[in-house]
Amino acid sequence: MDTTSLTIPELRQKLSSGAIRPREVVDQLATRVADVDPKLRAYLQLDVEKARTAADAADITKPLGGVPIAIKDVINVQGDPCTCASKILDGYIAPYDATVITKLREAGAVLFGRTNMDEFAMGSSTENSSWGSTRNPWDLDRIPGGSSGGSAAAVGGHEAFAALGTDTGGSIRQPAALCSCVGLKPTYGRVSRYGLTAFASSLDQIGTFTKTVEEAALLLEIIAGHDPRDNTSIDRPVPKYTQSLHQGVKGLRLGVPKEYFIKGIDPEVEKAVRDAIDEYKKQGAEIVEVSLPHTQYAVAVYYIIATAECSANLARFDGVRYGKRAQNPKDILDMYGRTRAEGFGAEVKRRIILGTYVLSSGYYDAYYNRAQKVRQLIGGDFRLAFEKCDALLTPTSPTAAFKIGERTADPLQMYLADIFTIAVNLAGICGVSIPCGFTTNKLPIGLQIIGPKWGEETMLRVAHAYEQATPWHKEKPPL
Amino acid sequence: MSTTPLTAADYEVVIGLEVHCQLKTNTKMFCGCKNEFGGASNSHVCPVCLGLPGVLPVPNEEAIVKTLLTGEMLGCQIATRCKFDRKNYFYPDMPKNYQISQYDEPLCLGGAVTLDLLAYPKDAQKDPATVIDKPIRLTRIHLEEDVAKSFHFDDGTSGIDFNRAGTPLMEIVSEADMASAEEAFAYLSALKQIFVYGGVSDADMEKGQMRCDVNISIRPRGQKEYGTKCELKNLNSISGVRRAIKYEIARQIDVLGSGGTIRQETRRWDDDKGETTLMRVKEKAHDYRYFPEPDIQAVRTDHGLYDRAKERMPELPSAKKVRLTEKFGVSAYQAGVLAADAALADYFEKAAAPKPANGAAVANFLLNDFLATATGENPIPSLAPHFFGELAELSASGQINSKQAKEVFAQMFVTGRSPAVLVAELGLAQVSDVGALEAFCDQAIAANPKSVADFKAGKQNAVNALKGQVMKLSKGTANPQLVGDILVRKLSA
Repeated sequence: MDTTSLTIPELRQKLSSGAIRPREVVDQLATRVADVDPKLRAYLQLDVEKARTAADAADITKPLGGVPIAIKDVINVQGDPCTCASKILDGYIAPYDATVITKLREAGAVLFGRTNMDEFAMGSSTENSSWGSTRNPWDLDRIPGGSSGGSAAAVGGHEAFAALGTDTGGSIRQPAALCSCVGLKPTYGRVSRYGLTAFASSLDQIGTFTKTVEEAALLLEIIAGHDPRDNTSIDRPVPKYTQSLHQGVKGLRLGVPKEYFIKGIDPEVEKAVRDAIDEYKKQGAEIVEVSLPHTQYAVAVYYIIATAECSANLARFDGVRYGKRAQNPKDILDMYGRTRAEGFGAEVKRRIILGTYVLSSGYYDAYYNRAQKVRQLIGGDFRLAFEKCDALLTPTSPTAAFKIGERTADPLQMYLADIFTIAVNLAGICGVSIPCGFTTNKLPIGLQIIGPKWGEETMLRVAHAYEQATPWHKEKPPL
Repeated sequence: MSTTPLTAADYEVVIGLEVHCQLKTNTKMFCGCKNEFGGASNSHVCPVCLGLPGVLPVPNEEAIVKTLLTGEMLGCQIATRCKFDRKNYFYPDMPKNYQISQYDEPLCLGGAVTLDLLAYPKDAQKDPATVIDKPIRLTRIHLEEDVAKSFHFDDGTSGIDFNRAGTPLMEIVSEADMASAEEAFAYLSALKQIFVYGGVSDADMEKGQMRCDVNISIRPRGQKEYGTKCELKNLNSISGVRRAIKYEIARQIDVLGSGGTIRQETRRWDDDKGETTLMRVKEKAHDYRYFPEPDIQAVRTDHGLYDRAKERMPELPSAKKVRLTEKFGVSAYQAGVLAADAALADYFEKAAAPKPANGAAVANFLLNDFLATATGENPIPSLAPHFFGELAELSASGQINSKQAKEVFAQMFVTGRSPAVLVAELGLAQVSDVGALEAFCDQAIAANPKSVADFKAGKQNAVNALKGQVMKLSKGTANPQLVGDILVRKLSA
C-alpha cells in the first residue's frame, strides 16, 4: 500500500488503525522523493534518518501524529540548516524552533525536509534561489511559481503530504495555483511569525500547502493562535475550521471584483475562473459585481513598503555574528560590503537598494509615507466590498506557469505575476488558492477566494464547496 | 567691532546635555534575558537580542512604566501612546543593524530639571553667582534599546559582548539652558537624584548606568545667534563632565580669541590628560532612515500604564525638604542634605519619629557626627535608627553634655550597645546639681586669679578658661551651660 498520494485524514486513518506505522510512511515518502526530486528539485535538504527517528517517537493519538510535513527553508527548525535559499546563510544551523514548528511537534507531526524557495522569499518563480531552481511537476520546463516554489512542487508532485510556506505578496497562493494544490494565506496576525526569517514584517504570514481544503483547515487549526513572542499576533480564539467546512454556499454572496478581470489575463485562465463562478451560482450563491478601485496601485505600494521593511530586516546579515563572512577583510566596511555583495543574489540586492532609497531623507514622504497612506485606501476598498459580499472570487495568477528563464531579464514583468495576490497582503486579509482547471497544455489554473480579516471559516467553506463538486484536486501530475 | 582679543568674561556659554540612563528592570527591553551588570561575556543573550534570523521584539512594560514615571517626576507632557521606530545604521555592536528607538512620538515631551543648590559641587554652593533653583528645560525623554559592548585587543582583533545589547535605555535631551560647567554638574546630580528616588535607575556614571554627551558652544555676550557647537564624548563621571566642559570653554575662547573659528566637531575627553581631542568632524547629519517599527504594535499609555507610573510617584526631594523642616524642625540646609539621599532621609525619619521635637538634634548627630567620618558612597549607619533617637533625647534633655554625647556616639558604634546603657556604664551622667557645680566653680576661681582679674577688667571671654578648669575638675561631667551661668554670677558679684 503506497500512502504518498493519500490525504492527511486518509493517512491518519491508516496510522490510527495500525495499518501502517509512521516509519513506513516516512520511508515511502523518502522513496518517492528519491524518485522524483532529482527532476523537481523541490527539496534543499532532507535528513531521512532524523525523520525516521521522529516517526518512531510519534504519538499517533495526536491530530497530526505521524504525518510528515515539509518546511520552507525560511522557517527556523532547531538543529536544522536555515539558508533561506541564500549563500549568506550557507552553513547556518538554527538554534531554536519557530513557534509554528513547536505547534507542529506538539500535534505529533514529523518534520520532513526543507524546501526550495526564492532567496529570502523574494520572487515569483523560485528562480532566485542560490541553490538552483525548482521545476513545475506538471511541466519540468516551467517554473513552479514563487517564492514558496519548493513547497508547492513537493505537494503538487506528491512528494509531501503537506508543506509550510510563507506569503508576503502571494508567495503561497501563486505557486499553489501553478502547481495545482491548495495554498492558504491566513489573516495577518493569525499565525505567529516568531521563527520566520523576516522579509516584510507587516506583510509576511506563514501558511500551508495541501492537496485539499479540508487539510488546509486542519493544519490552520494547528498552527494558528496568539504567540506572546510575536507582538503582531492577535489574541483571538482559533475556531475549529474543519467543522465549519461543509455548510455549502447557498445564500452566500460572492463578489467578483471587476478590476481583476482585465486585459492581459490568459484567456484560458479567465475561462476557468468564470466557469468556477458559474459553479458557485449553480450551488446557490449570489454573484455580486464589486469594485476595488485602488487595485492598480497595489503592486507599486507593495514594492515600496516591502522593500523598505526588508532593507532593514536584512541588515542583520553582515558576517559579524553568524552566516558567511568575506575572507580577509581589510576593515569593517570592507567586511560588510564584500560579505553582502558576495552573499546576496541580484534580486535581494535590488530590493535592499530600493528599500533604502524609499526610506532615505528627502524621499521618505514621497514614497514610504505616501505608500502607507495608499495602503490604507486599498484596505478600505476591501472593507467596503465585504459589506456587499461574504467572500471574493478572482483568478490567482494572470497566467499559468511560464517557462524557466522567460521573465528573469525583466524584474517588472516578474512582479506582475503577483498582481492579483498582492493587495490581500497589503490589506492584511486572508486568501486561498484552489485548483480550478487546466490549460489545453495541462498546466494548472488557480481560483483565489479572498475573505475579510478573520474570515477564514467563510473562505474555507466557499473553497470546500467548489472543490468537492470538481475533479481537479484528484488529478496527479505525470511525473 | 573691537580689535582687542575678547576675554572669558565677554563670552556666554551655551550647553545642552544628552543623557542615556540604564533602566533598572529585571529583563531586557525586548526579550526575557536578564538585565544584569557583570556576568561572563555573552551569558545574558538569546536569539532575540543577538538579532538571529526570525526573531521578534516584545516590549518590556516595566521599562515603559519607569520612563513614564520619570516623565511624571520631571513635569513632562506624557504621550497617550507608546510607539517605536527603527533607527537604521551599521555597526558591529548593533545586532540587527537597526536600533529600536523612538523618533517622532517620544514618551515624554518638555518638563524640566531644577538645579537645587545642593546639587552643585561643594565649591560652587558657596559661590554667590550660583543661581538657586534654576530650571533646565527638557526637550524630550524617550525609550530605546542599548547596543552591545565592543572590546579592542592588542592583536588588532575586536570582540563584542552582547550582554548589554537590548537592555532598556532612557534618553533625556535637555534644551541648551546650561551656562556653565557647574550647572552641568548640578543638572547631572539632580537627574541622578530623581532616578534614584523613583527607583528607575542607580545612575552611577562610573558603572556606565548613566552616560552623558555634551553639546557646547560659546558666543559673545549679547549675541543672539548661537556659536558653532561641539559635541563632547567619553565622559565617565559627573566631575569629569565638569572638567571637560571647563577645558572646552577655554579651548573655544582661545580659538575665537585668536581670530579663529570653531568647526562643528565631535571631541573625545581624556580625563587623564585633561584635554578634548578631535574624534570626527561633523559634516552632515547621518540619515537614519527612521520608520515605524512594524514588529511592535503601538500601545496606549492611558489604558493603565500611566496610572501604574503615577502610583509609584515618590515624595520628591523638594517636597521632602519642606516636610522635614516643618515636622522635625531641622534647618533648611539639613533638610536639603537629608533629602539628597532618600535612604538617609528615611533613616532620619525613623530615628526622629518617636520624638519629632528632637529632630534637629538627631539631624546633628547624623550629619555632623556620622556623615563626617563615614566612608563609601551614600553611607547609612549600620546601627538601628533608635540609637540616634535615644542619643538625641539624652542630649536634648540635658542628661549628658555635648562632649559626653560625642563619646557615647563613638562608643555605640564600637560596642553596639545602646546610648542609655553606655551612659550608665561609663558613668557619664552630666552633673547639673547646682551645689556640686558651685563647689567646682569656687575651686576654679580660687586656682585661677589671672582669669578672674581679666574678667573683672572687662574681658568677658576669660570665663571660658575658668569653664575649662571646671570641666577638668569635674572630669568632663559638668553641665557647661550651668557652669557658665554660675561663674558669671560669682565673678560679677
